[in-house]
Formats: sequence, structure tokens, C-alpha cells
Amino acid sequence: MKIHEYQAKVLFRKYNVPVPKGEVAFTVEEAQTVAGTLGDYPVVVKAQIHAGGRGKGGGVKLARSMDEVKQVAGEILGMTLVTHQTGPKGQPVKKVLVEQGLNIAKELYLSVVADRATAQVVIMASEAGGMDIEAVAAETPEKIIKVYVNPLNGIQGYHCLQAAYGLNLPAAAVKPFVQLLNNLYKLFIEYDCSLVEINPLIITADEAILALDAKINFDDNALFRHKDLLEFRDLDEEDPAEVEASRFNLNYINLDGNVGNMVNGAGLAMATMDIIKLAGAQPANFLDVGGGANAEMVENGFRIILSDPNVKGILINIFGGILRCDVLAEGVVKAAQKTGIKVPVVVRMEGTNVDAGRKILADSGLNLTPAVDLSDAAAKVAKMVGA
Amino acid sequence: MSIFANKETKVLVQGITGREGQFHTRQCIAYGTRIVGGVTPGKGGQKMDDVPVFHTVAEAKATTGANCSLIFVPPPFAAAAILEAIDAEIELIVAITEGIPVLDMMKVKNYLKPSRSRLIGPNCPGIITPGECKIGIMPAPIHKPGGPIGVVSRSGTLTYEVVHQLTQQGIGQTTCIGIGGDPVNGTNFIDCLQAFEADPDTRGIVMVGEIGGSAEEDAASFISAKVSKPVVGFIAGLTAPPGRRMGHAGAIISGSSGTAQGKIDAMEAAGIRVCKNLGRLGELCKETFAGLYHA
Repeated sequence: MKIHEYQAKVLFRKYNVPVPKGEVAFTVEEAQTVAGTLGDYPVVVKAQIHAGGRGKGGGVKLARSMDEVKQVAGEILGMTLVTHQTGPKGQPVKKVLVEQGLNIAKELYLSVVADRATAQVVIMASEAGGMDIEAVAAETPEKIIKVYVNPLNGIQGYHCLQAAYGLNLPAAAVKPFVQLLNNLYKLFIEYDCSLVEINPLIITADEAILALDAKINFDDNALFRHKDLLEFRDLDEEDPAEVEASRFNLNYINLDGNVGNMVNGAGLAMATMDIIKLAGAQPANFLDVGGGANAEMVENGFRIILSDPNVKGILINIFGGILRCDVLAEGVVKAAQKTGIKVPVVVRMEGTNVDAGRKILADSGLNLTPAVDLSDAAAKVAKMVGA
Repeated sequence: MSIFANKETKVLVQGITGREGQFHTRQCIAYGTRIVGGVTPGKGGQKMDDVPVFHTVAEAKATTGANCSLIFVPPPFAAAAILEAIDAEIELIVAITEGIPVLDMMKVKNYLKPSRSRLIGPNCPGIITPGECKIGIMPAPIHKPGGPIGVVSRSGTLTYEVVHQLTQQGIGQTTCIGIGGDPVNGTNFIDCLQAFEADPDTRGIVMVGEIGGSAEEDAASFISAKVSKPVVGFIAGLTAPPGRRMGHAGAIISGSSGTAQGKIDAMEAAGIRVCKNLGRLGELCKETFAGLYHA
């Protein structure tokens, strides 16, 4: 799960990770009120969307007076912000963070990440702050310090010092940095984060250290033990069809193509998308109904696939194991009758009770095209959508 | 022969009295697996069908002599269940559970390293040595005993698809292992490849990967250096968008790393025959493994 910068900064404050003074605003008036409480100019107005590259896209602006706050907030609120992470459609901006402007002496990069390959928590730090860290990693990897922490023992003083000295911090900043990093690690562990990133972490002219930006991603598997995070979920940032699918425990991702597909199992679902493309068409979605799918889930899956107006054909690919083919076939027939499917549907089934399943589909009187195997299924559905 | 599990393997089921645990325990027994006991805290002394249930793994192991544990414990308690099995020095731990928090698994993985246990999974279908034992949730009838092909995969149903195509071509399997779709898991590709290379009955290997992480790239390097047997590969996720978790917690392209194309390139460079069309995987295997088996 992703959250906004202003929400991440709420958690930073809770863990005593210093951040600039500021508050979220949903209207121009609110932005002006917040600016008024900050005491001085300039202030910074920052678009709040779940994507990076906001500054380059024109979503972060400086204001030197109340009039400028009004003007800048008016420009950003309601704009559709396009960055390298939003895709070409962009993301509408519905809220801004209004913060005090600070006198920056140095910009650094700091993050805490779960590293899958080593099963360690990695602290990444760099003097190349305020830049795209992926680009830094690709072009000048020597500028990134990595400190590995075994989660069984947790963070130790020397881990923090390795990062601090690696960053060539001024002497006065070392102690506050160590404190900050300790607190950041604590936040990372206690909230089951997959990423906590500060880019940039700044040192001000008077050698104070603050998190100018804040990004946190959480491990979805661990959300069950962090009920307080649910209020941070912002449905405006998610695809409506994906939100709907999540209500039924369906794993659905909306894509740009025209062939809808429903599959059991994530790996087979990805492979099905790939084979649709190989046959010359484009997958409209990823949909894993899981191993324990029932008729109701199949029905909801159909409804969600069909809510995408680009879908011109559907491929159902089920490898029956625990989910028996006859149970699936009944679900498909019921769903097709109920939702009145108007696009061609190709069904490929294999595995447990496949003959019974095929018979149910054949006897249903519905316009369902059976396929003998995966290649056949992909070729048939591609032909039907005119690929 | 086989790797990691055979007809002598004595299996405990942790979470045996739950819905999934009961169902799959019966399926495993029907296949011939030696299920010697189950563990459900609070239900020690009861029976699940004819299988004795114990409060703890240590007690179950002491009584039954089990050397393997199959875990169906729900995500909030699954990591502790694995740790309990490690502490009881169970040799082979197979964790089916999907949805274990990553941080829990990172701790388990670090605890596992110096231990005497091997962990398969989590978030996996388990392991099967066709004709000998099934320790997992895979549909049994699609498998063909007798080898000579070993199968290792990060996926569940995709593995079934692959095994089914092998069987349809008349190609049997020595052992099929699902290593799981989570970002942090126990046994990895290289562990399995090493074991298949050492197993005289395994004469070829099918390796099924997917987007996310670098396990396939690491496996490719290992294969080019250490594996003499022919390998057929498949990678799912060529059409997956970056930054999205594709069902499996581990199936995510981060920035430019973990892409399907990157993995395919690395595997081909290592001499692996990578199948581009999943519908034709069986035929490619037939061609690649020709002469290694009797149909």
C-alpha cells in the first residue's frame, strides 16, 4: 500500500523524524490558512498524488506571499499532473501540502528498504540527494552507501555511523542523523514497511537535519496488524475497477488491451496475458481468481472485466486442481446468464473433472467457444477481436 | 531417485484440523504419503481421521519420528509455525501458506540459515515425487512417475500446466518443486538445480520463473557454471506493467530490474532453451530431452 507524502510525514512526526512545519489543504482557502500559520515566506505548495516526479511535472511550487499562495494553490489543485510514474493519462490533484520554505545547505538521500535477495533490511544513503536514485544507481553506483541490517538483531550504532560517515556529514549533524536513522528504522519495522524513503534529506544553513520529502510503502501482507493505516488508503488514487475487485478478494489489474481474461493462479494468469499478446492481441487485464474460487467470485470477475469498455473478447483459462472444472463451468454459465455477456468468450479448461466441466459448457446453450489447449485458446480469442 | 522427498519421508501436518489442512492431508494420504501426525495447539490427543494430533511439533516429532512438516497455518501465525519446526530440527519444512508478512519471513530466513532444516515455500504448492509422495496441494493425476525430468517453479497452477504438458508428451518427472511466489523464501532455484544435477535419475530440468527479483538471473549463472544437464526455461510476465504486484507478492518489476525480458536474456545466454509460447512447452521439452526418456 502506498500513502501520500503528508501522511508519511504524520508518521515521521510520530517517530520523531524531523520534518518542516506544514499541513495538508484541500482547497485554496485552506492552503492560505495553512500558509498563514507558518509565520514566514517563502512557503512551498506540493501536489499530493501517489507518484514521484511531481516537481518536474509542475506540481511543486514556491510562494513568496499570500497572493502567490492563492495563485499557486489554485494552479495545482485540480490540475492533472503527468509524471514519469503516472503514465500519460496523469493523475488529478485533489490536495496539496503547504510547508515552510527552508534554507538548504545540502541535499542527501536516505532510505530503508527490505532486500529480498539477502533477507536483510538495507539502509541506502547518498550525497547525491534530490535526484532520481535509480539514475544515480545506474550511472554512479559508487555514490550510494548500502548498510545491511540483520532483522533478527536490529539496527546497531555502527550501522548508523557507517551511513553518517559515508555521507561526510558535518560534525554537528552526526548525532541528530544517528537519532533520525534509528527512529526511521523503528518506524520501518513497527509498521511493516517495504520502503521508507527521504529524498531529499536536507541539512539547513544552520546545520539542522530534516526530511524535506517522505515516501512510505507498506507490505500488503502485514496490513492485518496495522488497522490504523486503513484510514490512509486513498481510493481516489486507485483504479475504480481494481477497488471493486478488491472487495471480492479478486486480484485484478486493469491494462490497456482488448482481451479480458480470467485465470486461476498468478503465474498462469501472467502467462495467459503473455500468450494473448503472442497471438497478436493485447490483454485488457490481469485477473487471478485464486485456487479457492467459487461461482460468486467467477461472476464478479466477469462483471469487473466487462466494466472495461475496451474489452472485445474474453479468455477464461483454468487449470483445475483444487478448483474443479465442473464447479468453474457452473460458475461461468451462471455468470453468463446473469450478466448477459455480449462479447465472445473462449474457455480453456484442463485438470480435475475436465470432461464434466466441458459438458456443462456445451449443454448450456450459451455462446461459449471451447479451446483444446492454450495456443488454440489464444489464437481463437485473438481472431475474434480482429487481431 | 528423487530430491528432498521420497516414499520414506515421514510427514507431520501443522494446522491439520483446519479446513485446508484436513482436505489436503486426506489427498496426500490417498496418494501414499506417510502422514504420521498432525499439530494443532489445544487439540493434542485428538485424531484427524486416523492421524494422531499433537499440541506441539517437538512432541509430535518425538512420538512419530517425523522428518518433514507440511504447514497450513494462517498468515499471522505461519512464521512462528516455521520457527517451531526449525527448533524441532525437522529436516524438510514445506510451507503452503500465502500472505505471510515479508518482515516475518526475513527473520525466518536468517534463523533458517545456520539451522539443520530446509524450507520449501512459503506461498507454494509444495513438493511431489510422482509415484512416491506428495507433500503439498498439487493435483496428483497430472504427474507421471519414473522421471527423468526435474521441475522447479515459483508458481502453482503454472507448474501444473507445465507438468501436464510434460505428461501428455509421455515425459515423466523425478521431483516437482514449487519454491513459492513470495519475495523471501526458503529453498531457491539454485538449491534445486544443484540437487537435480546430483540426482542420477534426473536427466533434464524444467525451470519456471516469473517477473520480480533476480533469482532467475542468479540461477542462469549457476547453470552455465555448474549444470551439465539440459534445461528448458519459461518466464511469465512479459506483458506485466512495471511497479504492480502481479498476484504473487514477489512478482513485481521495480524500476528497470526484475523484467521478464532481462531474465530471458540471462537464461538464453546461459544456454537454457527458453520457451516463448507456453502452449508449446511440452513439444519443446520433447525435442530438447529426446533420447533421455522412454515414452
